[in-house]
Amino acid sequence: MSEQILWNFLANEDALSMDNYAARGGYEAARKVVTSMTPEQIVQEVKQANLRGLGGAGFGTGIKWSFIPKNLNKPVYLAVNADEGEPGTFKDRYIMERTPHLLIEGIIICCYAVGSHRAYIYVRGEYDQSIARLEKAIAEAKEKGFLGEQVCGKPFKLEIFVHRGAGAYICGEETALLESLEGKKGFPRLKPPFPAVSGLWGCPTVINNVETLAYLPSIISKGGAWFASLGCEKNGGLRLFGVSGQVKKPGLYELPLGTTLRSIIYDYAGGIPGGHRLKCVVPGGLSAAVLTADEIDIRMDFDSLKAKGTMLGSAGVMVMDETVCMVRALYITMRFFAHESCGQCSPCREGTGWMEKVIARILGGVGRIEDLKTLAETAKYLSGTTICALAEGAAMPLASYVEKFYSEFEHHVRHKTCELKQELVHA
Amino acid sequence: MAKMSFPSELLPVAEKILKNYPEAQAALLPILHLFQNRDGYIKEGVDQIVADYLSLPLIKVQEVLSFYTLYAKQPQGKRHFQFCRTLTCSILGGELLADYFGKKVGIKPGEVSKDGQFSYEKVECLGACEIAPMVRAGKCYAGPLNESKIDKLIQEKSHV
Repeated sequence: MSEQILWNFLANEDALSMDNYAARGGYEAARKVVTSMTPEQIVQEVKQANLRGLGGAGFGTGIKWSFIPKNLNKPVYLAVNADEGEPGTFKDRYIMERTPHLLIEGIIICCYAVGSHRAYIYVRGEYDQSIARLEKAIAEAKEKGFLGEQVCGKPFKLEIFVHRGAGAYICGEETALLESLEGKKGFPRLKPPFPAVSGLWGCPTVINNVETLAYLPSIISKGGAWFASLGCEKNGGLRLFGVSGQVKKPGLYELPLGTTLRSIIYDYAGGIPGGHRLKCVVPGGLSAAVLTADEIDIRMDFDSLKAKGTMLGSAGVMVMDETVCMVRALYITMRFFAHESCGQCSPCREGTGWMEKVIARILGGVGRIEDLKTLAETAKYLSGTTICALAEGAAMPLASYVEKFYSEFEHHVRHKTCELKQELVHA
Repeated sequence: MAKMSFPSELLPVAEKILKNYPEAQAALLPILHLFQNRDGYIKEGVDQIVADYLSLPLIKVQEVLSFYTLYAKQPQGKRHFQFCRTLTCSILGGELLADYFGKKVGIKPGEVSKDGQFSYEKVECLGACEIAPMVRAGKCYAGPLNESKIDKLIQEKSHV
């Protein structure tokens, strides 16, 4: 790998403790911002860095911060989205488990920039180790004067609380996360008002992903222009690609935005094991449209993948070889979305459940030829008809699997079997 | 029915949690976690106790309990296994390994073994696809799994 930023802290557990983190230059960026920078200068630096929201939406981080109204008579909150749930994604867990202080330092920088004195880290409930290590690190940072009534001896008050989720994919959607933090079921909110104006308890709120915040210390230390230069046009810096599935070396790879998918799979993740051929790749978490083996010479940045009808999302790259049945893969995918639909909007609640059932019957050898048309059409009705993006995240794989692997679906219906001889996987 | 009061042993932690938020309702999920951790599931009557404690309508507690999957409504085994069934784990054989676990221990998803030791379920992605196929055994992540690793996990009595 070429340049590395987060990986220097993630490769092992060396940077876990406060002392070791500080020995690697930790908290110098936090000290720099509170002692010598104005909030405007930080926002400017982050804008220049072209840092995009790495939770998956890819919105410009500096721009997002600049939506926070100034001089309001209300507290400003930071909600850290650590509800990592997009299948194929495991990067935030690495950050929280192996270098929690890096996240805390990122939080200090963000809070100072937007004038927030209180941050909540919303961690998915299953991440026990992340929660334990974050809580320990917060206590350490408090003890050493990086959090509390003062930060680095300057009159800037900052408190961080860890808030544990309770098992709901939808709470990774930023407004559902706010609802959940407020102690309610995770129903996404209608926008506007946007969280920057009215978020937690009606107050201005910034919601940033763990990885996004973890890149801030390096941007402050080395400059926005430096960070931007590591990536590609409008996609600054590096990011953590999580590669899983049928590759020789599954794992986390920190690479420049714009690295090709082919390079990620073959140069870094070691290619396909067992002498099998690559069949397809889901490039950015389960919600992304699938790419076939001959579509992998694509640059992995937000804009290139969007132009190709899919998305970079959370950069969870899931690789499938020729032995995988696409009907089965889509069934697993739609079962997920049907299970995780929060139930608020009818097209999503009903649509994902129906699609799961239709695909199950194709998989079970009792599908009808008109089912294929139903799948394609339902994908259209799922998009743009709901409050949040979950339904669209179900529609993208639905439409792309059926379109790109139509013959496999047709074979299941016409011959009532799988050409790959795969058995039905029971729910 | 007599009003049940908030358990005294959980009270200090609950009071501390309340201070973390400007509004009491925000403490609902963390306080429910206290009960889940203590009892292994959410016992009957806990919803009313928590509603009274936070001055919330009962329905607000009940809808949260039914919405979130980590609050167990039935007792679980001493060691509860959550096998991931989502894409990466499933294509690498995760669901079949979950079935293997069930056969080995002699239970179906949602059941508790006769000795009270084990229960299991298949769940959606747990965010550890690099060690697929994987399981959350108690509070620990384990993977990549195969049959012999599952045998070992079953034998590890001390596993929390």
